[in-house]
Amino acid sequence: MDGNLNALTTVFTEFYYWVTVVFMFLIHVGFCMYEVGASRRRNHMHTLMKNVMVIPLVTVTFFFFGWWIYWAFPMFPFFGGLNHEMGNANLPWSQTMGTNLSDRITGVFWAAFLLFSWTAASIVSGSVIERIRSSALWVHAVLIGSVWWIIDAAWGWHYGGWMVQYLGYHDAYASGVIHAIAGGYALGVIMVLGPRIGKFASDGTPRDIPPHNPWMLTIGIFLIYTGFWGFYAACNVPAISPEVIDGQITGTTWTATNIYLAPTSLSAITFNFLMSLSGGLMAAYVVSKGDAFWTFSGGLAGVITASAGNDLYHPIQAMLIGATGVVVVYKLHYWVERRFKLDDAVGAVAVHGYSGVLGLIIAGFVLWGAPSSPYEGYATINPVGQTIGAVIMFFVLGWLPGWAVAKMQAAAGVLRIPEEVELQGLDYAEHHAYEDAKTDIIEADKAHLAARVTPAE
Amino acid sequence: MSTNGYENWAVDLANVGPIYPFQGWEIPMTIAGVIFWLAWHRIQFVRESEHLEKARKMGDPDMIAKHLDRY
Repeated sequence: MDGNLNALTTVFTEFYYWVTVVFMFLIHVGFCMYEVGASRRRNHMHTLMKNVMVIPLVTVTFFFFGWWIYWAFPMFPFFGGLNHEMGNANLPWSQTMGTNLSDRITGVFWAAFLLFSWTAASIVSGSVIERIRSSALWVHAVLIGSVWWIIDAAWGWHYGGWMVQYLGYHDAYASGVIHAIAGGYALGVIMVLGPRIGKFASDGTPRDIPPHNPWMLTIGIFLIYTGFWGFYAACNVPAISPEVIDGQITGTTWTATNIYLAPTSLSAITFNFLMSLSGGLMAAYVVSKGDAFWTFSGGLAGVITASAGNDLYHPIQAMLIGATGVVVVYKLHYWVERRFKLDDAVGAVAVHGYSGVLGLIIAGFVLWGAPSSPYEGYATINPVGQTIGAVIMFFVLGWLPGWAVAKMQAAAGVLRIPEEVELQGLDYAEHHAYEDAKTDIIEADKAHLAARVTPAE
Repeated sequence: MSTNGYENWAVDLANVGPIYPFQGWEIPMTIAGVIFWLAWHRIQFVRESEHLEKARKMGDPDMIAKHLDRY
């Protein structure tokens, strides 16, 4: 860190990403609360543990190979080979992947991406509650969190990714690279997994399975909103000079940028986050006729729909785009549920998947012709590139691997819990252990008390 | 053609102001936004009136008394 300005910039950037990581932890806390609140009492502990163990499993695999994929895959395999120069610096045995005073950024930047990985895995986790085997979900978590999403990030969420260069793909706050892929993946899994017992009547009519604790669910989604602030900030580079970007930008004015190193500001994304959240909440309240949970989820869907272009939109555009997305997503969720008898327990496919796809396509029209990158020769943002990008995210990297792996797990008999266990509840054995332990300790305490008390003489 | 007025970033950022799409359309966008907001209130008033009208005829006196006791 030679020079005071460089030192200050480095330490500021290090601290900036560190803060975003702490904020983003709240997304996972929120997902855990939401899932437990949505599940029935007999499944609480398993539902919670299923999502909590996503954290260590995705973390270690993202350290071992996920982070390397991001740096090695931007052109691989269709437009070039692996980028060994960048990839090697991010292998788990590289000296920059550890305590190293000449590199103060890799750790926090890795962690910011890792928290996105948890989110991708957690989105899938919510849609499959109360009937998937935890072991099966944890394999999916590693695949979506440390393989598939990070491949899509290398292709479409990297300043040198081929989708950015050739398609003009623009997805500043991850409508596609996190939400569409995770929603598509969840759809692939639930198509094989099947609905919870009782979800559909014999004539095919879907039944509502209400959350056991609406307040826990409410706090959960508000924590997700809060974590989303950190997510948005983490998608930016906080302060960088044109010289360091080394693209077409002239002059010496420093700027915040999106992940493609194209200019934006924290102020812009603060406007747009709040306005798209509000548009989503208002539209969801109307379209769901005041249903509390769809209204809350609609706020999230509003943000997700606007996220692809929230670095550039005007706040009113963000609000209207968020509102439009929610109406489409809500209608589509119930149409798919009725038509294909799919049980998406928390509406994750709709709120994340459909919103993400729609957000990408809308951004292609609203930002048509705007530069996707500060570098020369890149395609500009356009509807065709965005639509192809949406198909890659939702179907190719999301739905297809989710469906294929779930099929293999089903064939091996390791995807779904036995029917008897589903009816008695996943926590049944633990409940017995709890009651036995309680009885045992009460008896022990009573015996101890009886031994101590001497009868009055 | 670019909706935000920039086809590339070969510019000095010191000279750049707004970069959102459809600059010059701020007033029509505001009008559209205000219509959305007012329409929301209108829809909400109508729906709530319908709901309250139905709800006032649904009450069972015994159940209402129990609810009052529940606080």
